[in-house]
Amino acid sequence: MTTAQTEWPLWEVFVRSKQGLEHKHCGSLHAVDAAQALQMARDVYTRRQEGVSIWVVPSSAITASAPDTKAEFFDPAGDKIYRHPTFYTIPDEVGHM
Amino acid sequence: MGVAANSQVNYLLHLADNALILGQRDAEWCGHGPVLEEDIAMANISLDLIGQARLLYQHVADLQADGATEDSLAYFRDPDEFRNYTLLELPHFPSATGPLAGTASAERDYATAIVRNFLYSALMQLLWPALEQSTDAQLAAIAARAAKEVRYHLRHSRDWLVRMGDGTDESHQRVQSALNHLMPYTQEFWTPSEAELEALRLGVGPDVASLRPQWDDLVNEALTEATLKRPSDIGYITQGKNRQHSEHLGYVLGDMQVLARQHPGAQW
Amino acid sequence: MYTQSMDIPEAGADPVAASRSHTPMLEGNAGLAPQTRFDAVIDADGKIEPQDWMPDAYRKTLVRQISQHAHSEIIGMQPEGNWISRAPSLKRKAILIAKVQDEGGHGLYLYSAAETLGTSRDQMLDALHAGKAKYSSIFNYPTLTWADVGVIGWLVDGAAIMNQIPLCRCTYGPYARAMIRICKEESFHQRQGYENLLTMMRGTAAQQTMVQDAVNRWWWPVLAMFGPPDADSPNTAQATRWGIKRISNDGLRQRFVDATVPQAKVLGVTLPDPDLKWNDATQQHDYGAIDWNEFWTTVNGNGPCNKERLNTRVKAHNDGQWVRDAALAYAAKQKARAMKEAA
Repeated sequence: MTTAQTEWPLWEVFVRSKQGLEHKHCGSLHAVDAAQALQMARDVYTRRQEGVSIWVVPSSAITASAPDTKAEFFDPAGDKIYRHPTFYTIPDEVGHM
Repeated sequence: MGVAANSQVNYLLHLADNALILGQRDAEWCGHGPVLEEDIAMANISLDLIGQARLLYQHVADLQADGATEDSLAYFRDPDEFRNYTLLELPHFPSATGPLAGTASAERDYATAIVRNFLYSALMQLLWPALEQSTDAQLAAIAARAAKEVRYHLRHSRDWLVRMGDGTDESHQRVQSALNHLMPYTQEFWTPSEAELEALRLGVGPDVASLRPQWDDLVNEALTEATLKRPSDIGYITQGKNRQHSEHLGYVLGDMQVLARQHPGAQW
Repeated sequence: MYTQSMDIPEAGADPVAASRSHTPMLEGNAGLAPQTRFDAVIDADGKIEPQDWMPDAYRKTLVRQISQHAHSEIIGMQPEGNWISRAPSLKRKAILIAKVQDEGGHGLYLYSAAETLGTSRDQMLDALHAGKAKYSSIFNYPTLTWADVGVIGWLVDGAAIMNQIPLCRCTYGPYARAMIRICKEESFHQRQGYENLLTMMRGTAAQQTMVQDAVNRWWWPVLAMFGPPDADSPNTAQATRWGIKRISNDGLRQRFVDATVPQAKVLGVTLPDPDLKWNDATQQHDYGAIDWNEFWTTVNGNGPCNKERLNTRVKAHNDGQWVRDAALAYAAKQKARAMKEAA
């Protein structure tokens, strides 16, 4: 199964604005690799700050705990943080979905 | 405008005009970039450059002490008073048939923008640190700040150079074309102008020809990684820093200066 | 402000068809049924987060509203962006680039927020480029002079702030958080626009004329930005119930007029409405009738700049395809090389 993907992958961005604080989730952006994601995160999410620490993670790599309301029989290995179309690979034969 | 012969004003104007004209060209991408994230990146680069220009013009205005301001220098000098490299006034077009226009959205090529930024940033990556040793303390301070900024500019353009060169067949062709077109304009970097010689004599600026080997190394390394061929840089040696420009600068300044000139003396 | 089109029926593809939440209805098993829990959160003015169950209609409404808001930011880069090259001072040039850059950034935050609901950036952009998605039609008007740039900052961003502050308390977490981030940055926009105009109004006669002319052209379209009157807005009730829309169109419009009249007085400009006057009984300003025909004509595609705005986006997107493809191709090559080395 291969990805019929022409969109740049989605990355989640975490920024620590000051030494001593924790990294906070700010949002997401599209980039093709980690280096680009970091550079873009600096441009988009820290435009007015110096000396920040940035983490970028492919959105699909994040595993989330299931919300309380979900039944146990749903994927016990963990959930995705949200349902983004590109998290799910589609066979080429199916085409654009 | 009378300028003392033994003064670094012309050299400062050269540095300021470089930053302004490239900042002006890069800002054309705002709202027109290939992806939203790049609009933001290019705008950052443009803002850095305009910020450098402003500091340098203000320094010139202080030195001249004749009522000049950053805006009178930027908006009320004619093309033959500008001292920027011709490389920086060119439109974002990968060949010599580029449109004669202040801005021309129908013709913009991102490969040209990236290659030009790379060639210039590679130079400034060497020049700004050298200028941190300037006998002109104000220039040294500006250079310290600009040196930090140019590291990002170089990384941005170099990364894109490599992605385009080693990306698809189409991107490879486009960036090679842009490179072939722009490389001859870099000859202008190496033969010092009178202003650069004066700056060297005063200890204000370095011997710019001495930066060439390192620039070559930086460029060659990037081109190799990008699977690009280094083109010949032989061709007409442009004279922008000697105040003889291409036909493009008149259009750039015509657009940039028109409103300010329509209202001389007005505050904005 | 950018949400005016929420009440406009929309043709075209459903962007969330591929991603319906498939949590089964639980009847007394692991706690509350999803709809009941959702209702409880809404009633308590809490937050719905991306993994939570939500009604399809809530999800769809949010995708439409958030993506339209994002599209508006991106399209909005054009009318002001057109003046960057001609800004009459270096300071104004820098401020304008920063402002337009912010708008791009706001679009990006909003696309991010919308993507948490199951749509993708490409899907949203496709809808915009195909003319199926709306954006705030205030950006279909031309910026004819430099004063227009100041007026957009003062009035258009002022109107946006009026709409956006209540959205910071919207029930959908990612949207509310994006709005908080945006509002922090937005106050600079309105201030710089107003300050721009103040400087001109204290300047030459030609500058003053330029400002008054710009105000004359933008005032009515800005009032219409808040959307059709409450009586003609059928979706308001449901959106209000869901905590997506906090204050009605007319309510926001009234607040905006009342806030703006004193600002205009300080500037020394006349707002082009002979019926605009203070009403002691209601403690509000009465104002004249908005030309809703003109509004709908523009919203439906026949305003002064609709074609230019959309074509510019489509062109940038198409011209940029090779760049985006190059980046993907390079990343794929690097990945393959890394795997080969590891093998």
